[in-house]
Formats: sequence, structure tokens, C-alpha cells
Amino acid sequence: MTTTSSTHIKGGWRIIARKEFADHLLSARFTVLLVILAVAAIGSVYAAASGIRGAAQQAAGSPGLFLKLFTINADPVPFSFVNFVAFLAPLLGIAFGFDAVNGERSQGTLPRLVAQPIHRDDVINGKFAAGLSVIALMLTALTAAVAGLGIVALGIVPSAAEVLRVLLWLVAAVVYVGFWLALATLASVRLRRASTSSLVSIAVWLVLALFASLIFRLVAGALAPAPSDATPKQVLHNARTELAVSRVSPVTLYDEATAALLDPEVRSVGIVTYGQLDRAVTSDLPFGQSLLLVWPQLVGLLALTVLCFAFAYVGFMRQEIRA
Amino acid sequence: MATALHTDGLTKVYGDRTVVDHLDLDIAEGTVFGLLGPNGAGKTTTILMVLGLSEPTSGSARVLGLDPARAPLEVKRAVGYMPDSVGFYESLTGRQNLRYTARLNRIPEQQATERIAALLERVGLTGAADDPVGTYSRGMRQRLGIADTLVKEPRIAILDEPTMAIDPEGVAEMQALIRALADDQGVTVLVASHLLYQLQSICDRVGIFVEGRLVAEGTTAELAKSLGSTSTLYEVGVGADPDHVIRVLSAIPTVTSVTPTARAHSYRVAVEAGEAPAIISTLVSADLPILHFRPMGEDLDEIYHSYFSEAV
Repeated sequence: MTTTSSTHIKGGWRIIARKEFADHLLSARFTVLLVILAVAAIGSVYAAASGIRGAAQQAAGSPGLFLKLFTINADPVPFSFVNFVAFLAPLLGIAFGFDAVNGERSQGTLPRLVAQPIHRDDVINGKFAAGLSVIALMLTALTAAVAGLGIVALGIVPSAAEVLRVLLWLVAAVVYVGFWLALATLASVRLRRASTSSLVSIAVWLVLALFASLIFRLVAGALAPAPSDATPKQVLHNARTELAVSRVSPVTLYDEATAALLDPEVRSVGIVTYGQLDRAVTSDLPFGQSLLLVWPQLVGLLALTVLCFAFAYVGFMRQEIRA
Repeated sequence: MATALHTDGLTKVYGDRTVVDHLDLDIAEGTVFGLLGPNGAGKTTTILMVLGLSEPTSGSARVLGLDPARAPLEVKRAVGYMPDSVGFYESLTGRQNLRYTARLNRIPEQQATERIAALLERVGLTGAADDPVGTYSRGMRQRLGIADTLVKEPRIAILDEPTMAIDPEGVAEMQALIRALADDQGVTVLVASHLLYQLQSICDRVGIFVEGRLVAEGTTAELAKSLGSTSTLYEVGVGADPDHVIRVLSAIPTVTSVTPTARAHSYRVAVEAGEAPAIISTLVSADLPILHFRPMGEDLDEIYHSYFSEAV
């Protein structure tokens, strides 16, 4: 009996993920977010395409041209596609995670759910997997749409390296949204009410997006002071410290990863002095080198996401089923 | 008869509060057992420990010979559980909710479809089966809860407050349903409730559970006998200083106990059979105003009630 039942019992998280995935796709929040992102994507790619057409005359043959579709902004849209994604990613993650566990609690379905022959962690694993799948689906579809529109509008065919860059950026973006999903899931485990957990998640997002740079500057100022009569060495030390401190934020990590992956001309994500730039020949980095440049950022992003999910997981496993 | 559910010194302590205190239960297969007690007596905590959803502080449980702490999946496969104030996914239909439960139990789709249709018919929800649960009344949810519990064809069904917040007719239906489970399908049923008068009639055995302890256990007839054997109970209302009243009543030689009830100026008086007039004559001669005088007899309701009000 034990052998048959243990084989049957495998994959409880899949059943939960399947149901959650279907729920997400039919939910109003999915429709709303998809519409917002689609409008942003189409607007930005349209503007970028017209911008590129003007610039393309002199930049013809530049290997990064296709990628510019994603990264440049032109009138009348103030943001590029990548900017939009960076800006809306936290919202996406929060929207699919903020009521993951407390929603089950408030509907009174959690006791019934965990009384079925599944492991308790199947619940949180399944929900996270479903949220991440929906996000991946959405971002992939939009990226493909942008690429397709760009190809049609401009007639540029991407090279293999460009496709690789976009795909890797897509993975990084999904992991980044995954961080926000994990954060919102954590909030949904810790906080009893969905409204509270969504507000807390949004507060974290605003702090990291708007005030973090201020905080990082203060911390850097305390760790490596750069007074008004500072020596160049002190100033450099201060700047390096600020950058290092800012890398605890997934926002910084994602921005750096995006910059290097989608712009082959980016050769460093650190502090570059004029001395280092002196007589440097502008040339594009091959894909492997760009990847090498942001490998730490990608790993850091993944680590933050895993860590955040681990907190949610442990918190959920230790909680009593009954409120 | 074989034992379906057995607990041995089952104890749960939260901080410094003992919620379940050395509970020993033994429920035979195919019977209906009523775990009756006031709210907060530890009924739900006991159920969660039996299901392996909460870890006992000490003691152990055996469900069909399995330890829920070690083999939770096997236990949860064999036990259907309806939580108190059972909840469903509001945007899904009743049928979809049951379908989800069937999937979680790895019931093949074809089989699940038939079983769900039959269960919905049985609880009288066929007409509303394809409406979102959000539109259901409380009684309909409760009935859907029963169907949900039975989707996995459990050998044991644990129902927590199955008659709460439903109308009298619904209660009668629920009673018939529960009884039929045991009689027709041989399912062992454990019902937990504080609305004992709604369930005592369908229970083969009942346990009275107060403040984490099982204070009495047996068939309803046995309980009545053991609780009412030496004396008869009366509820006496006396409009005077409680200390004085208790002193006067206790002084009567045939009175074995006097306890104030939850109502003001009301006392539960146990007196040797046939000696009730002594209470009245004593009160009258002491010039104490009698507000009411009511025999509580051997009516189980009253006996439970006395237990419950003591706990409160």
C-alpha cells in the first residue's frame, strides 16, 4: 500500500498549480495587467521604431540595432519597453501573490485544502509555481509581440546573439518579478488580511523604487564619508561604497543586468573613471562577455528571490492551520 | 467491532494553556460518535491532531491503525474532514469545487464526474451545482461541505459543527444524512458540536468535552443513568442574596449539591429522588421568594447544559 500510495501522492503541488494558474488567467487582475502592459509595450515599441528609423541611417549595420527596440525611448512615449517592465514588474509580482495564503484563510478553504492527501508545502509551492508561470507567460508574450512588431515595422532581422540576449533578459525579468511574487507571498503568509499584505508589499516597492537611492547614499556617507574637501580617492571610495550598498536591492541588480544584457556597448556596471575611458575604443561586447559582466547580478537576483520564498515557505510551514 | 479511531493521552498545550488534556477516545468502526462541548473546549484542536494537521504536545492518535503524525497522507486519504464554517472558492461553481477536491485525491476524471453528480444529487444541490459558490446560502455551503467530505469515499468522516447556522429543516436533513452514512455505507462518523441537542439523537455514543477534558462518555442512555442516578436535578430561582440562598439550601439534609447557574438568581439543586418538596418548604419557611422552580430531570439537554454552563 505504501508504494502505490507514495507514487500516487507525488505532485500534489502540480494539481494546486494547475488550479491556481487557471484562476489567474480568468481573474480580472490578469486582464487589467495584460491590457496595461500591452498598451505600454505597443506604445514604446511604436515610438522606438520611429526613433530608430531616424537614427538607423547612420547606425546601419550596427549589431545592437534590434535590441534598441527594447531599450530606447523616443517621443511621445517617455519610457522604453524595458523601462516599463522594470517599473511594472513589482506590480505584476504583487498582484499574483498578495492573497496567496491569506486569501485561502479568509475564504475558509485552507483547512479543507490541507486535509486532502497532499503535503502542506504543496500549497505554497503550487501557488508560487502558478504565479511565476502566469508572469512568465505574460512577459514572454509581450516580448515576442514587441520583437515581432519591431521586425515588421523596421525590417530588422535579429542575429542569434541578439535573440540570446533577449531570452536571457527575459529569464532575468521573470526572476525579478519572482522576487516580488515571493515578497508578496511572504506578506500573505505573515499578514492575516489581503488588503494589509498588498499595502505592505506596495510600500516595500515604493521604498525600494523611490527612496532607496537616498538611503543608500546616507549609508555610503556614513561608511565612507566624502566631505566637501574630499580627496579624489575619498570620493571614489564613497561612490564605490554606495554602489556596493545599493546592490542589496533587487532593483539595482535587475537594472544592471538589463543594461548589460540588452546593450552590448555597456562594458562595465561598476564605477568607470575618465582615466579608464581615455582612448578606449568603442566596440560591442560579445554575448559571452556581457553575460560574464552581469553574472553576479543574475545570481544575486536569483538568491534574493529564493531567500524571500524560503522565508515565506518556512513561515507557512510553521503556522497553525487554524487562525 | 474494530476500532476506527483511537487516542491515547492526546494533549495539546499552547504556551501555558492546555487546550486538550490527556484525551482518551475509542471510536468503533461504523458508528457515529458525538464530541459535544462548548465553544473553545478543544474540539477542533483534537480533530486537527487526529488529521495530522497539528502536532500533539504529548500522547498519540491512531486512525485506522495509522499514526497521523507519521503517515499524514495515508490518514488524509481515508478521512474526510468538514471544517467548521467550511469555505469554498467563491468564484468557482459547487461542481468545480468538488472537482478540485477529487483531483487532489487523484480520483480519475471519469469516476470523479459520476461520483460528484451522485453526491450533489444526494445533498440536494443538483440545481445549483453550476452556480458560483459565492451565491450559495449558508445551508447550501454546509451541504456542499458534506458532499466535499464524501468525494474521496472516506472510511471516516469528521464533521466539525455540521449543523451550525442552518435552519431546522436543514438540521433534520443533515441528521438523516449523517445517520445514513454510518448505517448504509459503514462510514465511521465523528461529529463535533456545541449544539448537542441537534446531534444527540443520531449519535451511538457521545463524549462530553469541556475545557480539554472528556468529562463523560457513553451512550446517551448510559449518560442519563450515570448522571441522574442518585439524585434528581431542579433549577430553582430565588430572589435573594446568593450566599444566603446557597447556605439555606445546602443545609437541607437531602440536598446533595447546590450550584449557581449562568442565570442570575438561579441555582441547580441536586436532591435525593422524591425529596423536592423539602426545597420549597425550606425556602418558604426561610421567607425567601421563589422565582421559579423547574425539574431538570434526566433530560440529556439539561444535563449537557449544566456541564456547559459550568464550563462558561
